[in-house]
Amino acid sequence: MHELIEGSKAVARAVALCRPDVVCAYPISPQTHIVEALSGMVRTGGLVDCDYINVESEFAAMSVAIGASAAGGRVYTATASQGLLYMAEAVYNASGLGLPIVMTVANRAIGAPINIWNDQSDSLSQRDSGWLQLFAIDNQDAVDLHIIAYRLAEEISIPIMVCMDGFVLTHATDVVDMPTQEMVDAFLPPFTPRAALDIEHPSSMGMMAGPDIFTETKYLAHRAMLGAIDRLEAASKEFAEVFGRRAGLPVRVLGTDDDAAPGRHGQIAVIAMGSVLGTLEAVLPSLREEGVDVHLIALGAFRPFPSEALARAIGQASRVVVIDRAIQVGIGGVLSGAVRRAMKGSPAPLHSVAAGLGGRPITQDSLAGIVRRAHAGNLGDLTFMDLRDDVIEKVS
Amino acid sequence: MAKMNVPFLQTGALVVGNRLLEESDRSVQAWQDRPSCLTRGHRACQGCAEALAARWVLDTAMEVTDGQLMVANATGCLEVFSTLYPESAWKVPWIHSLFANSASVATGIAAVNRARGRSDIRVIAQGGDGGTADIGLACLSGMFERNDDVLYVCYDNQGYMNTGAQRSSATPPATRTATTPAVGRDPGAPFGQGKSVPRIAMAHDIPYVATATVADLRDLEAKVRTAMSHRGARYLHVLVTCPLGWGTKSSESIRMARLAVRCGLFPVFEAEYGQVTATTPIRDRVPVEDYLKPQRRFAHLFGPRGDEVALERIRRMAERNIRTYDLCREGA
Repeated sequence: MHELIEGSKAVARAVALCRPDVVCAYPISPQTHIVEALSGMVRTGGLVDCDYINVESEFAAMSVAIGASAAGGRVYTATASQGLLYMAEAVYNASGLGLPIVMTVANRAIGAPINIWNDQSDSLSQRDSGWLQLFAIDNQDAVDLHIIAYRLAEEISIPIMVCMDGFVLTHATDVVDMPTQEMVDAFLPPFTPRAALDIEHPSSMGMMAGPDIFTETKYLAHRAMLGAIDRLEAASKEFAEVFGRRAGLPVRVLGTDDDAAPGRHGQIAVIAMGSVLGTLEAVLPSLREEGVDVHLIALGAFRPFPSEALARAIGQASRVVVIDRAIQVGIGGVLSGAVRRAMKGSPAPLHSVAAGLGGRPITQDSLAGIVRRAHAGNLGDLTFMDLRDDVIEKVS
Repeated sequence: MAKMNVPFLQTGALVVGNRLLEESDRSVQAWQDRPSCLTRGHRACQGCAEALAARWVLDTAMEVTDGQLMVANATGCLEVFSTLYPESAWKVPWIHSLFANSASVATGIAAVNRARGRSDIRVIAQGGDGGTADIGLACLSGMFERNDDVLYVCYDNQGYMNTGAQRSSATPPATRTATTPAVGRDPGAPFGQGKSVPRIAMAHDIPYVATATVADLRDLEAKVRTAMSHRGARYLHVLVTCPLGWGTKSSESIRMARLAVRCGLFPVFEAEYGQVTATTPIRDRVPVEDYLKPQRRFAHLFGPRGDEVALERIRRMAERNIRTYDLCREGA
């Protein structure tokens, strides 16, 4: 049923429909509305047979999630920014133990300087943690991705971060087609853990591994992550069969149903993740009218990184523009680094555009200006969009 | 649990002593089919009191819960010596996650068991003094204040023995460790530092807090039974000798723990809801020197260049414990 609903509340309802056994979280902006809604549902009976645990830190949140998942429970937590970094040790541990925890990351900048607003530095800093990272374009996508995430995580025994832009999505009220319990139950079977603490069959989890076996564990994790691309696509297809809409595609050329659609490929490929795609979509028609031959690629998954599908989606574009919502200081954009790798020997120049850091508004005008400069051939390798020269001059 | 008598020759004096008791009073270790949660073949040092204590704690808990037990273990000696893939010495459902989070992991396990209507499955979290008093204190305090249904057991060997005997906040003053060497004006660990986790636990008003040592294993067993008879957060602090870190003979582990109690430096007591309910009186008090002298970590306090000032301060610490817990009371 279509409802006008805040993103956080919609996500909380979607998580509740997935019937978690345990929700544990530590409050941090902009994740708070999600966990507030869930704690309310547990109290009022909207979410039954579920325990909501108020923990004392994000490190504890992920640790409680680890214990609960290891005991065979379906678990949910949510965090952002500093909180994700504070739990980082446990984030790596959860994936190493193969625990299919689902966590919302309400994407937010990392300090110092402290900043509560949106970019994607937090989850992208955990790119090597062994978790999947799915990125929502809008609130419908955020709702759908959580349902897909539980299905996929439990199939492959790897935890998943569902990343949604903080405030821009979490606090935005929009129309969302809320799934019914029947639909979710039809799509998401009860959790059968691959391995769990079991009274009848005692086993040791989290044992020490020496040099004789450690490389193999990393190889297998790598292989499982690569295999997750196909599994994600399959889950996305099955989702469409039950819910009547696509979600969870690792790569999508916007305005088409899949990444292979020919004819929509332009001379300039613009690649982005998250809510900025909505703004880009709004800009493109006028650019095309101006004669800028451009197509827009939505990356729905950063981990697994869908290199092959992305290369196909880029096609024969002569220029690639990547909107980077997080940068590696001293190197450049996080996303553009991964895109460059996926492009392998392609001669097309890649332009990284660091945009919307710490909540700096990403305007249609600025984005259009960037694409025009790419079209005119005068966009550099790395551009900080809307950089305030007055501030920089004062420092230098 | 079905019980079979163990032949005397297999288990030694403990079992023989047990035979004089009523069946219901006998130690779980007296039975041939004892659970052996931490079984043989692990890599603990000779004389490791932590291994001994862990075995007694978990076997007792297994008996009390009729085998419905899960264990979360912090990083440390106990985890390292018991599990090097593909071998494990644990015969219980057991998980090691991280150094600092065993209390939280246990909370998660307990929460799922409760959500699934399996509150009969009980959870023990365990770790060393570093994982408890230092890096894991926040998670431990969180578990306490939420009164989660977890028994947390700290095996206190008074330092980071797994990494080579560095100082923890449970290391007593004057102790020589790898990071508080016995050099300079105030050799060893500083006076006026360190913390009592049992008293921190009591400040959370949790149902049960107790201390114990490997010198009195039946007392340890009884305290595990009491702990398991309560629901909610419980804390057991067990002094465990570390021959390697303390510089004591492997054969002296039990005696060293006994001397720690008898000199007054390690008070043995129980508390419920923040109030001390029982203390174990010192039967035959000894000077602190009797406890300190056999340990190489205190060698700098003795001999021609000994440290009478430090010794006097340690004596005062023992006196204070004896006063606080009334350990040398009349008639004891």
